[in-house]
Amino acid sequence: MLEIAEAAEEEIRHLAKVQGELWTDLPTDLYIPPDALEVILEAFEGPLDLLLWLIRRNNLDVLNINMTALTKQYMTYVDVMQRKRLELAAEYLVMAAMLIEIKSRMLLPRKEVADTGEEHDPRAELVRRLLEYEQMKLAARNLDGVPQLGRDFQAVSVFVSQLAAKRLPLVGSEDLLDAWRAILKRASMTKHHRIGRQELSVREHMSRILKHLQTSGRSLFTELFDPAEGRSSLVVAFLALLELVRERLVDIVQNEPFAPIHAQMAAPVDQPDAV
Amino acid sequence: MQSKAMARKPTSAEQAEATQLGEIKRILETVLLASAGPMTLTDLKRVFEVELSNDFLRRALDELRADWQGRGVELVQLAEGWRFQTKADYQRYLDRLNPEKPPRYSRATLETLAVIAYRQPVTRGDVEEIRGVAVNTQIVRTLEERGWIEVVGHKEVPGRPALFSTTRQFLSDLGLRALSELPPLPEMAKNLQVSALFQEPLPTE
Repeated sequence: MLEIAEAAEEEIRHLAKVQGELWTDLPTDLYIPPDALEVILEAFEGPLDLLLWLIRRNNLDVLNINMTALTKQYMTYVDVMQRKRLELAAEYLVMAAMLIEIKSRMLLPRKEVADTGEEHDPRAELVRRLLEYEQMKLAARNLDGVPQLGRDFQAVSVFVSQLAAKRLPLVGSEDLLDAWRAILKRASMTKHHRIGRQELSVREHMSRILKHLQTSGRSLFTELFDPAEGRSSLVVAFLALLELVRERLVDIVQNEPFAPIHAQMAAPVDQPDAV
Repeated sequence: MQSKAMARKPTSAEQAEATQLGEIKRILETVLLASAGPMTLTDLKRVFEVELSNDFLRRALDELRADWQGRGVELVQLAEGWRFQTKADYQRYLDRLNPEKPPRYSRATLETLAVIAYRQPVTRGDVEEIRGVAVNTQIVRTLEERGWIEVVGHKEVPGRPALFSTTRQFLSDLGLRALSELPPLPEMAKNLQVSALFQEPLPTE
């Protein structure tokens, strides 16, 4: 019990400052500098806490309270609270009323409880409450002493990215390839036959044919065409050949019916023996 | 060592079991370390292909706990299951990693928590009755947000006030397995029979 009182005093000692100086020695009498009192009262968790402190401070046994002294002390505090215009919680006034009631009851002759023959002590309820509160107050202190996660120890967890992050699908190069193949396949199925304007240049083919004939001088007609290039390309190549003939750059010759047709560079103008 | 081996050769079945136990301990260790929170026996059982008995699993866990003794990290059993945690002795070193001190709860908050922990389930009114002051809503919210208390029902009295209890997380966070492991309530004068207790003679006038 003494230990509790010491702990309470300790608490107040930390809180009470008078004119900037820590106020460490509690006077034995009731006088407390008003400045300190203000701080002290804020440190209490309500009237029960204040009462307990008063009792412990005066080294009184809770079970054996002198009601007169206690009420007088308590009322002094309430009085100071009012004078200092501290926000006086209703609970303090209720307690004051209760103390005065108990005190007045103690002055009156008590009637005996009929069945037990015991005297009813008006202090009993107050004592019960004080003890219960004190028990919880100590329990709270003990509870706070229990090592706590985050304060006194930490949960250990190895960082495992699989658990820490949302799991995302794994993608390998094979998967990419498969996907690409699938796209191609799907594209080929939905492909429309498209007729586009092929950019085929007659001039380009003319150049090609001329270059070919310049190196070889003379060429089989069929050698001038590459079937692999497709029909439209062949048509353009043929157009190019006709154009070359029209421009008298190339001559097409056939020595006899059904003989292979040849193309050759046009002969100079003074030898007009072309077809 | 030699003489021991000579005295009794372990059977192949025993050896197989020993290697199996070692592997299971390693699996448990890995899973518990990788887990973000405490794991129950049921959680742990799920990771094994074969069905393990609770007894066997407990034995493996007990051995694993023993293996970790003498380290800064320990394996503990809590209300919510098994978890690796740092030892309190080394907290001050960890504190230097993060100089920001965790805020302490006010006396009002701690007292409210104590009443709920030791007298649960209780209403706010019960807490107020014991503490002699109104319970600030913020205090209840603080404890709820911490995950330490929860509403477990309503008292069938006018107003149907909520009944509060502490959670399993509260126990785990305090490193406990059950409410019975809470620090015992301080012994107060048990006998409140008034006549026996008051030595002071009552005024007779």
